[in-house]
Amino acid sequence: MTMWEDVVVGVIAGFLTRVYLLRLDYRQYPTYPHAYLTHLVLGGVASVLGAVAIPALLQREYVAVTFLVLAAQQFREIRAMERDSLSHLEGQELTERGQAYIETIARTFEARNYLAMLAALTASSITHFTDPRWGAAAGLAWPFLGALLSKGQRLGDIATVRAARPRFEETLLWVEDVQIMEVGLGEARQTMLEYGRAVIIEPKDDNARCTLQALGQRQALAHDATRILGLRKDFDYIEFTPLVRREIHSGRVALFIVASEPDEEALVELVRRAPVLESVRKLPLATRAGRRASD
Amino acid sequence: MSHEMDGRIVAVVSTDRNLVAGGAPIFFTADEGEKERMALYLSRICRAMAHRLPNGCLILVKH
Repeated sequence: MTMWEDVVVGVIAGFLTRVYLLRLDYRQYPTYPHAYLTHLVLGGVASVLGAVAIPALLQREYVAVTFLVLAAQQFREIRAMERDSLSHLEGQELTERGQAYIETIARTFEARNYLAMLAALTASSITHFTDPRWGAAAGLAWPFLGALLSKGQRLGDIATVRAARPRFEETLLWVEDVQIMEVGLGEARQTMLEYGRAVIIEPKDDNARCTLQALGQRQALAHDATRILGLRKDFDYIEFTPLVRREIHSGRVALFIVASEPDEEALVELVRRAPVLESVRKLPLATRAGRRASD
Repeated sequence: MSHEMDGRIVAVVSTDRNLVAGGAPIFFTADEGEKERMALYLSRICRAMAHRLPNGCLILVKH
């Protein structure tokens, strides 16, 4: 009977953790009902695996434990699955996510199953060694702990973001001292001045500067801005492609977008809340050479 | 991707016959207005972006 208690408490804890983390995904995934189902089922499987691990060990079911380890390996497939499905969608949108963003999303999805597994493992162990009530308490705490663990940095944490006015010097588009592009058609320039909005992203330190120089991070910003504000373009209006360009001396970055909703405050807000991609995040200040170079 | 650097000139639009010659198709127009309009049409048809060079020529570049 107690074995069952351990397992049930563990499974519930793991599943709740996965459900809670799925809820936090709105920036990374559109609301596909089928994708939700897939992840809930896989989360359920992960929870079961985590929940039965300790009871199986205690029963000296070493074969079962070996199988569990093998089964856990399958979760590496989740990363490949997410990567494949998102990569197939590239080219189907006006602004691509970019491989760096896809890789970060795929890793996150993989890691969240491990979090569900860990939640189930802890809750079932605590239930076994103490009391189901303590196990349940751990189970309820895990979703929040998991959210804390899987929460990455936001761009607002590593850089200051403020609205800036785009302007033309002859046919060159500038945002403050950042050159964006050359626009040949007068009509296009007019539309850009009317509906174009821009932000300047100023890195707070050398780590941030190096992260922002990665094309993947900038492409992700363009994608997020497109998805939230919409684009005033169709696929044959090349000049209205959102661009994120860098001032080479200071490392400051400007995002320019001709949005369906040209709302400056919303643009600043969404850039501040954009995720810092862990696949391109750089930490030169963690090295001695980087620290020496920075002064 | 919007960061790729593989620009290729697909057409040139100019009002001055002395300014351009060479590989890409060249369209000569009578005046500035027609040049802009021609470039607009070409940019939509070829899905290319129009850029203005300092000498006034418009080039259509596939990015």
